[in-house]
Parts: sequence; structure tokens; C-alpha cells
Amino acid sequence: MTLRRIAVVSAGLSNPSSTRMLADRLAAETVKALRLAQGPDGEGIEASVDVIELRDYAHDITNNLLTGFAPPALETAINTVVSADALIAVTPIFSTSYSGLFKSFIDVLDPDALTGKPVLIGANAGTARHSLAIDYAIRPLFAYLHADAVSTGVFAASSDWGGAGDDVAPLAKRVEKGAKELAQSIARRDAATAADPYDPATYLGEGRSFGHLLGGLAGE
Amino acid sequence: MSEQSGAQAMQFGIMSVSDITRDPTTGVTPSEQERIKATLTIAKHAEEVGLDVFAIGEHHNPPFWSSSPSTFLAALAAQTERLIVSTSTTLITTNDPVRIAEEYAMLQHVSDGRMDLMLGRGNTGPVYPWFGQDIRQGLPLAIENYALLHKLWREDVVDWEGKFRTPLQGFTSTPRPLDGIAPFVWHGSIRTPEIAEQAAYYGDGFFANNIFWPKEHYQRLIELYRQRYAHYGHGTPEQAIVGLGGQVFMAANSQDAANQFRPYFDNAPVYGHGPSMEDFTEMTPLTVGSPQQIIDRYAAMREHYGDYQRQLFLIDHAGLPLKIVLEQLDILGAEVVPVLRKELAQGRPASVPDAPTHAARVKAEFGDGPTRQARPGANRGDNLTGDSPYEDTPAPAGAAFGLSRKGA
Repeated sequence: MTLRRIAVVSAGLSNPSSTRMLADRLAAETVKALRLAQGPDGEGIEASVDVIELRDYAHDITNNLLTGFAPPALETAINTVVSADALIAVTPIFSTSYSGLFKSFIDVLDPDALTGKPVLIGANAGTARHSLAIDYAIRPLFAYLHADAVSTGVFAASSDWGGAGDDVAPLAKRVEKGAKELAQSIARRDAATAADPYDPATYLGEGRSFGHLLGGLAGE
Repeated sequence: MSEQSGAQAMQFGIMSVSDITRDPTTGVTPSEQERIKATLTIAKHAEEVGLDVFAIGEHHNPPFWSSSPSTFLAALAAQTERLIVSTSTTLITTNDPVRIAEEYAMLQHVSDGRMDLMLGRGNTGPVYPWFGQDIRQGLPLAIENYALLHKLWREDVVDWEGKFRTPLQGFTSTPRPLDGIAPFVWHGSIRTPEIAEQAAYYGDGFFANNIFWPKEHYQRLIELYRQRYAHYGHGTPEQAIVGLGGQVFMAANSQDAANQFRPYFDNAPVYGHGPSMEDFTEMTPLTVGSPQQIIDRYAAMREHYGDYQRQLFLIDHAGLPLKIVLEQLDILGAEVVPVLRKELAQGRPASVPDAPTHAARVKAEFGDGPTRQARPGANRGDNLTGDSPYEDTPAPAGAAFGLSRKGA
């Protein structure tokens, strides 16, 4: 049985939060889909889930923006996200885009930290009129970061939480579709391994010395 | 030279970033002239209270005034007797390494060796294009420029071709380093492992900023530097030369220290309007309190980083008026540094090197023999032909007939 870790970032501001509700559904469905997927050993994939509510880190995130370093609790949260096998990122839509808190959290991550990471984007708003915000506002952010966002983004309007939200493609179906895509993306990859930035092999390359950084200057 | 230049396990001093900041308690912003003269007064007072080092940053944008640290440090060296003058940092990325070689060799001569150089990459993106460079090349610039600087101080005649600078053919950087010994170099870093690697590769000093961030960041950098210092064959990891920054604010009573410093902390350019002073002091080396609290916090630094050679404190920033800074120096000199010297000397293994000084480095190179005294040869229209444009002291017999000795 292969083990994977999924980080869930929820940028909802209220408590309880419908953004968090969507995040939890996406996470649960992804875990379920992974069990049915085939890992490298031909068996299903077991995944653990760490949920990060950005509301809890709002002050730390601002402090990080001002001082350049993350206070301890935020640093733990950042490490959880960047070392995970996959990210489920869910934000409320404010003024046609992700919330400021969501963007500020992305801004304190190392710009390379999400490169190649499978991401499932979720968004939440009052009405379905905002549903394209995932594709014109949130997806470009992850494209810029070279994250690997799956093609389905899951948008939930308030009405989706009632029975008559969308008869053709009800929320549960869309959650299932996005989760399946994320599970497939995870299953295709080896488990995430963190490279230690302070290991000479990381910044010089395996078996290399400072002379290689000097190029021809040191005759190496 | 005085006892200061003899063996001393650790050097203590202050460093300034040269910010001109409004005093939040009075609303008064000093003029550039006031702040420059005040910094001279502060630096001279550092010597008067028994500190060893004064270091100044290099910036090319307001609100900072220190764009020409070598000029300032030359004036300071002329007005002091024991103090080691240094930069913190000199921009290795945007300065022409030829100018650095010339300016700081000159500073070495006029200060009788009471200087060293700390290299860094700069604090603001626009400084790169202002000096014709590309910020995306920051690290390659730091690596190539230092390789040239290192060579210019060690070889009388340099042929050079690199990626970033005009090639040099038969170039001699003047004056040659005092006594034939290049200035000691510290490589300053906040987070870049490649800079720790660079310091280790050359066997130079490594200076960890130790101001802005939690100690864990610097622990990893210093540990890396020590391991790589040994890897490149300069000694054991414990023998690597480590310097640390730090920042403190003191008063006899710790609550008074907190009350007095808080308005400056809350409005400081770097961390103002962010974390509370209490949170920030817990997360970083900033210590606001009684002299004993400062002593306890900084005596523990070697538990985090190992025995080290230099401790510099930032004490003159964020709009603190001259009078308060001088009082801070009085407390540092009278109550804090003497105790720290004693505590950090206790149990320090004999194998850990003393802080680097010009005198000690001359002795390591020449023993008690004569040092190199470079004298330009007579009637040299160029320095492309022959061994060296210099005759060293003593001039060897037959030097007048072209049998000059090869340079250092």
C-alpha cells in the first residue's frame, strides 16, 4: 500500500465556512478516488489529509510579508503545503478573484515551491455568475507558479448546497470529477521527496564542488 | 600596534546600516550631515568604550547615507587608534571588483591594516540596473566578481576574462596589499547556501546576519559553512571563522528598556507595523532588556552556532537619537561586552582560532621575518613584460639589471 499526503488550504474567512465545507468534500472525495486508483505496486493508494485554515494564520502571514520570515506556526503550515504530494486550494471569490488572504499566503511561499505539484482548485461564492473566476483568475496564478492544476476546477455557489442548485451537473458530480483527476495526477507520480537546500548536492549538483560554480575560472 | 591587534579570541563591535529615520518620539528627521557626523561620533565612542570593530553598510538609495563606505572608514581610521573598520556589507555584485581591490587596499594602507571587508549582494533590486547589472545574475556576479577580487590582491599582474567585466590584460591593481597580505574577507549572508560555500571554498570568514530571522536559518548556514570549510581542507569545522550580527536595546531595568525602545521598534523600517516587539524578540536575536538579559542571550549564541570570532550589534537605527545610542554604547562597553568576553572565553578549545587581525595574518605568513614591501620598478612603461612591475624589499642584489624577484 502506497502512502501519500494531501495538503488542503482553505481561505474562507468565517467560521463555520462554506469554503471549508467545499474543501473538506474535495479532500474526502480525493482520498476515496486514490483508494480506487492503482499505485506503483498495483494496489490502491492511502492518503492522509492536512487542512490549513488561512484564517488562523492571517496575522502571521502579514508579519511574514513585512519581516521576510514566517513565525513558527506559519512555517509549519508552509512546510506542510510545500512538502505534500498534492494541494487542494479553495478560496472564496472576492471582487472577481481569489481573496487577498489567499494570495498573501501564496506570496509568502517560495516561488519555486509548487513547481510540478498536482493542484485541485476550488472556489466558493454567492452566485454562479462568478464561476469562471477559477479559470480567468485562479488558474493563471498556478500556471505562473508551474504547478500542475488539474483541468477541472470546482466552483460552488450558495445555491449548490441546496437540492436544486444545478440539475445537469450537481455539485457532488463536479467534486467527484475534480477529485478523480487529482487522484490520477497523484497516482502517476512518485511520492514527493523534499530536497534539502543546504545539501551541497542540491545547489552544486551531485559530486560537484564550488569550482564548478566558478566555471572555467578554476579550471574545473 | 596595540594589544588589540595581538591575539584576541573574539572581537566585539557595532554595525550600522546608515538609515536616516524619523525619530518617532519627536517627529524629527536628522539631516544627512547630522547623521553622518553622528555616526562618526558613535564609531569613535565604540573605541572609547573598549569595542574592537565598527562596520558600515553600503547603500545607494535614501533613506541611507552610506554610498561610499571606504571614504567614511578612512576618515574613521584616521580618528581612531585601535578600532578595526569594516563594511557590512560591500556590494560584490554591482561594484567593479577592480575598484573594490583598489579602494580597500588603500584603506588597508591608511589604516595600518585595521580594516577588513564584508561582502554581500545588496538589499534592493534597483541597485543592479543603476550600476548596469542584472539582478537575475546576482549569484553568478557574486561568484565571478569575488574570484577576480581575490586574484587582484594576490597577483601583481592579472590577465582576466570573465562574463561580466571588461577583460584585463597585464593589469596591476594598486596599491598592493599592505605587507603583502590581502585584507581579510567575510562573506555575509542571510539565506544563500552558495555564499556559505564560497566562504568555505576560499577559507574566508562567514558572517551570518543574525538579525532578521530565527536562529534556525543561521544555524543551517553556519553548519554548512563549517562542514564545507573542512571539506576544502582549511581545517576542522570548529576552526572555520564565524561572525554574527545581533541587535540589542538596554536599560538597567528591563521594563524601562521595553518602554524606551517600543516606539522605535513599532515604527522601524524593517519590522515596524508587523509583529509585536515581544513576538519579534522571541523569534529573532533582538534582545530588549537589562544588561544581564543581553549577556544571557548572547552568551548562548555559541550553543547555537559553535565558538565564533566576531559579534557585531546593530544599535543605531530606526531613528534612535545620538544621545541614546551613545548611552547604549556605554552600557555595552562597561557592563555587557566585558562579561561576554569572559563567558565566551570559558571552555573555548585552544584549537579554535582567534579573531583574524592583520598582525596575526602577517605573522602567519612571514613569521618574524620582513614582510613584503612592494616598490614599483624604475622606468617601467608597462607591466606586461618581465616578472613583476615591483621590486620587493629588500631589493635583491642585481635588481637594477633586471634580476628582480618574483612578486609575492
